[in-house]
Parts: sequence; C-alpha cells; structure tokens
Amino acid sequence: MLTLRGLSVTRRNRPVLHGVNLSVRAGELVGLIGPNGAGKSTLMEAALGLVPCTGRSNLAAMPATDRARAAAYLPQSREIAWPVSVEDLIALGRIPWPGGGRSQADRVAIDAAIARMGLEPFRKRTALRLSGGEQNRALIARALAQETPLLIADEPIAGLDPAQQLACLRLFRSLAAEGHGLIVSIHDLGLAARFCTRLVLLADGKVLADGDASVVLADEMLRRAFGITARRFDTPDGPVFLPV
Amino acid sequence: MRPVLIVLTVLAAALFAASLLTGPAGIGTVDGLRALILGGEGPMPIVMREIRLPRAILGLAVGAGLGLTGAAMQGYLRNPLAEPGLIGVSGMAALGAVIAIQTGLSATAALALPAAALLGAAIGVGLLVMLAGPRGGSITLILAGIAISALAGAGTALVLNLSPNPYAANEIVFWLMGSLADRSMLHLWLALPPMAVGAALIWTTGRALDALTLGEAAASAMGVSPSGLRWRLILGVALVVGPATAVAGAIGFVGLVVPHMLRPWVRARPGALLPASALGGAALLLAADIAVRLILPERDLKLGVLTALVGAPLFLHLIWKTRSGGRM
Amino acid sequence: MRGSVPVSDQIRGGLAAILLASLAAPAGAGPQRVVSMNLCTDQIAMLLAAPGQLISVSDLARDPRMSPMAEQAAAYPVNHGRAEEIYLMRPDLVIAGQYAPGPTVAMLRRLGLRVEVLPPAESIDAIRGEIAHMGRLLGRQRAAEALLARFDQGLGAARHDRDRGRAALYYANGFTSGRDTLAGAIIEAAGYDNIAADYGITDTTALPLELLVMSRPDRLITGARWPGRSRSEAILDHPALASVAPRTAGVTDRDWICGTPFILRAIEALE
Repeated sequence: MLTLRGLSVTRRNRPVLHGVNLSVRAGELVGLIGPNGAGKSTLMEAALGLVPCTGRSNLAAMPATDRARAAAYLPQSREIAWPVSVEDLIALGRIPWPGGGRSQADRVAIDAAIARMGLEPFRKRTALRLSGGEQNRALIARALAQETPLLIADEPIAGLDPAQQLACLRLFRSLAAEGHGLIVSIHDLGLAARFCTRLVLLADGKVLADGDASVVLADEMLRRAFGITARRFDTPDGPVFLPV
Repeated sequence: MRPVLIVLTVLAAALFAASLLTGPAGIGTVDGLRALILGGEGPMPIVMREIRLPRAILGLAVGAGLGLTGAAMQGYLRNPLAEPGLIGVSGMAALGAVIAIQTGLSATAALALPAAALLGAAIGVGLLVMLAGPRGGSITLILAGIAISALAGAGTALVLNLSPNPYAANEIVFWLMGSLADRSMLHLWLALPPMAVGAALIWTTGRALDALTLGEAAASAMGVSPSGLRWRLILGVALVVGPATAVAGAIGFVGLVVPHMLRPWVRARPGALLPASALGGAALLLAADIAVRLILPERDLKLGVLTALVGAPLFLHLIWKTRSGGRM
Repeated sequence: MRGSVPVSDQIRGGLAAILLASLAAPAGAGPQRVVSMNLCTDQIAMLLAAPGQLISVSDLARDPRMSPMAEQAAAYPVNHGRAEEIYLMRPDLVIAGQYAPGPTVAMLRRLGLRVEVLPPAESIDAIRGEIAHMGRLLGRQRAAEALLARFDQGLGAARHDRDRGRAALYYANGFTSGRDTLAGAIIEAAGYDNIAADYGITDTTALPLELLVMSRPDRLITGARWPGRSRSEAILDHPALASVAPRTAGVTDRDWICGTPFILRAIEALE
C-alpha cells in the first residue's frame, strides 16, 4: 500500500529525512513516533509527493488523481477556511472521484462517512462552529469519504480530550481490521503501544526502530530518540510511560 | 440550476435592460428598444447602438469579471479581504494601460493596450501570490496590497504627469476610480475576448478552490496541483482584470462586496461562489453605473466612488471580524 | 474649412497683415518695462506695445499650437509665470491673466510691483474692452484705437448674419460651449446656431454624448488635439461622434483660445 525506499528530503541544505525505508500493508495501523522535528510530518508529505524528495515512494510516483484515490491525508493543521456545513465539508473528500460529490456513489460514500463518525445530528451545522473534537470527527469523515485503501494521518489525536482520543484510535483500529492500511503520527507512547499494530520510531530524519512496541519502545531506544528515561508500567489495558 | 443563480440572472438581465434605457436623451422604452433592434433613420439608433449598448455590455462584463476574480482570489488566498481593486491588481493593470497609452504603443497596435494592462495585472497578482500566498495571513495580504497599490498609483501619476497632453494629468482619478462613460464598441472588442478566456480559465479552478478549503496540503493530497492552480489563477485574473481596467479604469470593492454577500447563499463553497459572484458583480456594477447617471447625470461621477461608499464600510467590518479572532 | 484655398488664404494673409501692421511709435508716459505672464494678454500687449516697452511674454506665447503670434513672441524673452524670475526682470508693470496663481500675484505685489489682472475676454464686446484697457495700461490709447478700427472693419467683413444652420462644439471629456463663451461667440459670428442652447447651456460644461447625437447639428467643431495621448480626448474618436455631421468637421485651433483680434481668422475658417 505504501512503500518507501531510501526516501530523503533536503530543506535549505539541511537533510530533514535521510534514506527512510518504510512500508504499510493492508490491515496495519502503523504508529509513527519520534521527537518534535524528527521529520514525521515531512515523511508523510514526501510519501504523498507533496514535497520534493529523492528516493522512491510508490504514492508519489502515481498520477495525482490515482494517488488521491489510493491515499487520504489528514494534515496536522486542521484547517477549515470557510463556514461550510459538515455535509459539504465531508463531500470535499469526493473531489478525486468522477462525480465530484454529486453522483449516487458520492452520496452513498458521504452518508456512510457521516454515519460512521456519528455526525448525523451535525450534518447541516457549520463545521467551524463545532467543538474541536467534533471538527476533528468531521475532518476524519472527510478522509473516509475519499474511500481510499490507505489513510495517512498527522497527529490525529493532538488536542483531543481522552475520550475523543480513545474513540479516534478505536476507529482507526477497526478500519485496519477491515483491511485498510493506516499510518498515524502520535506522541502518546502508551496509546501508540496499545492501539498500533506496529510502531516506527523516527529520530533526526532516520528510522531508528521499526517493529513491535516492545522493541521500539525499549529503554535504550527512548533514550536515543528522546534523550529521556521513561518508567514503564504494564497494566491489563496496555503499558503506561512516565518520563522521569 | 440553483435558485440563487436564477435570481441573480434575472436581476442582472433586468439591470442590463435598465442600463440600456437610462440616459439623458430621454428615449422611451419602446422607441429605444425598436431603435436598438431594428435600427432605422435618425440619431436614435446611433445613441442606442453606439453609446448605450457598449456601456451596458461593458458594465455587465466588467462587473462579472470583478465579481468572479474577487471570488477566485478569496478562494485561493483563503481570505475574505482579497479583492483585485483593493490589493493593487487593478492598480497595476491601470499602470500598464497608462504606459501603453502614453508611450504610443496602443496607437501602433490596438491589442497593445489590453496586453499591457494584462501584464501589469499579472505582475500585481503574481507579487501578491508570492508575498501573501496560501500560507500568508490577512496582515501580509493587506500590507502587500497597500505596497502594490501605492506603487501602482505613484507610477500611474508619474506617467500621466510626464505626458505632454494637458488632459492626461487630470485622468488619474479615472484610472483610480473607473468609469464606463462613453466607451465604444471598439473598447468592447478590445476587452471582451481576453476577459472571456480569463473567465473560462478561472471557471476550471472551482473544484480546486473547494479542495483548498481544507488547506493547501490536504488539497494537494486530493489531486490538486498547487503550481497548476497558481498559474491558472494568476493568468485568469490577469486576463480578466487587465483588459477590464484598460477600458473602464480600476473599480474597487466589487470583488469584495459581492462574494461576501453571496457566500451564505452558496453555503460558503468557493467553487459554487464563482458563478454566483460573476452574476452578482454584473448586477452590482450595472446598478452603480445606472446610479451615477441618475445622481449626477452631467458630471461623469466615477463608479469607484459609489462602489467604495458601499464597500469601504464592509471592508472595515471584515477587518474588525478578522481582528477579533475568527476567520470568516 | 480649407475648401476654397486661394481666396481664404488671401483673406487670412490680408487679415494678418492688418493685425500685425506696425504700430511703432515711441512709448509715451506709460510704463517702460512691461512683463506679460498670460498667453492672451501677451498677444494684445505685443499688438499694442511700443518698441522696447514689452520686455517679456509667457512661454506659451511661443507655442505655435496655442499662440497665433508664436513667431513674433520669439523676439521676446519668455517668463514661466514664476515670481522670482519676473521680479528679477525689474518690471514697472506686470500683466497677469485671471487664472494666474493667486500666491504668485500676491508675492509680486508684496515685492512692490504693480500687477494688473485682466479677465479673459469671452465675447466680441469683451475683446474690444480688453484692447482699450490694454491701451490705457500701456499708455498706448492711439494704437488701441487704430487696432479697434481695424478689428471692427475685419469683423464687418467676416460676420455672417444669415442662418447657416446649427453647429456644435465638442471638446475632450465631452465638454461643449454655449453663447457666453469665446467659442460660442465665434460660431455665432460665423452665422451658426449653437446646439448648446437646446439644453440651456450658456457656458462651457459637459454635454452627454447621446444628447449631442440627438441634437443633430449640421456642423461639428471639435477641440484641437494635443500632443501625447489622453483618455479625455478618446471621446473625440467615438464612432457615434463620427456619424454626427460627418463631412463638416472643424477644429478649434490657436485662433480660438484667446479673445484677441485673431478670432477673425477663426470666423473666416468656418466658411
């Protein structure tokens, strides 16, 4: 679904990404973790072909429309420029498809996305007037309406309350279970360990570790990537990390 | 067709007819229309066909062009303060036109006038997109607009003052405020074809502008080519605003007021706003042009005076809303 | 206008000879160093002044587009209407037009110079008054009387009382002139009815193009073109205007600008 080979990005003569190899397969929820400035957002943009890069990304190599039908992207800035209704906002996800939001297939996809995100009561409301969590759900619904096998989400749970964070990650998990591939950048190591099927640790533009949570979140890795030691508490619901 | 478009079409058509029937000569409705369509002897067909018809068509086209480009620039810059007149695009077009006229270029080749204005507008909108492009905020946009407007205004005044023609220096007000008085079919044929091409180009940006509602990155990921969109927009705006300004002067605020008023009626979707704004702009400019002929029929009151009286308070209101937090 | 070339040229040549006939005689008790700073007063002063009495005329007097006496003016030093240069010429009389900048006139007076301000002559009577006035200012009453006699003689020959149809004046920015203006007086003297009267226009004011077209004049006299280009003059290229009295175009040239005896040539040119 997503295959990156030797992906490198240079900005103002400074390497931001350096020879990244990464893949996301159907049914995976890949958590991208790493300190601020590690290159997580750049990796996503480069994978989509939005920034100039060297190396290979199967998505960036596609024609724009094919790519938009293969991968949906939720950028970190949750921008909504105009006071459009929730329904119209979600309909934007249909832009890469032939109906452009007006065909029968479009209607079905939009309604399904609205239903999935529980946005039926907000359908006609102005998206900008909703709470942050509701806006976030509307934006995810927009990405779902794009009906792509792959979803790339940049810090989708940042700024959400714990309940919303859980709801969001549960949704992603169930999307993965349905056969979607997802790659999600995330700062909460505990939630990452608990929900993601695989973790990728990025530091200084390089992949430091890629694999199971127990490997990626080892003390040594955390110290190398974040420069911290974290105390790990294992609970029945998953591990909790406390930086010390 | 959406109801709002039907209403606006009817409104623009009615104002177009009213524009044809407004004038100091006091020609009756039936006589006027007969002279317009059937022609005949005497001065009436000349008045209807050579004086009023080009004025009405220009009002329609220039108004539609300003409404359309205003909506497109707002959609692209994701900023309700963007407007070709206010932020210097029309001013740069006027500078191009004035240079073409005063250097005699427009006399050697008729197309030099709209071409030079087009070039001026393209430089203006190009500078703006560069300075206040999709990631620039309102403040950057306004500051860049002030700088470009001031530069264009000063350049226009300088060129006109250097002219050996005693009338030229007094024409700054025309270039800054705009007028449709006594424009002929010649002007129409000069301006209309490039404006039509520009409008068609802008027409194709509708879905891309919709996608930009989610920001540049999300739009790109949905298949919108940022550079393709940028070029279509710059070229389209220049093709519309340049020739329009070359024949009618810089008319401000139309591209600000009309998209703002119509946005709620198209559920705020930038793409749907394009046709509505074009029709609304045509209606507003035709109404303003009828008003200048009714208020001070013998004085050639400039169109920009009326549009500014309506638009400037709204502009202040928008700045106030931007200042106090939220986007529009 | 330039149809019957030999005859009208003869008349104009003769006229100019009459007007420019040497009035040389030494200055009497009048001022000895006179500066004129207005195109129109320049011309009357040049026609009346004794040799050496007029020491400077305005720069416009040398412009052949505006001044019928451009050649004569070449013999005089020019001024640009600035207080400093005029003061340094040490004049004992400065003649200004009504549109001279107020601060310049006030400055010259504060410097102790005698400044006489003459209004523009907008009718034939006013021209006569202006000639007499200038004669008194220069102490050249006899020269003024002689010029007046010749002016009246030329007027008698040039004047047409018969009705020659309707004429319209049309300038840049769509302005026209009515009967209380110099141009209006010229077309009236040439025997035309001015269409401005249809709309109650007596002075110079804007006339919408469509009203001009509707009034169907027999003759259209447009403003002179200036060098360079302007949008104001674009109206003179309007196709609708071309359909108005198409074969009888006339242009208000330098003989139409000032209320001087040279308007006789303008009247003649309307033949």
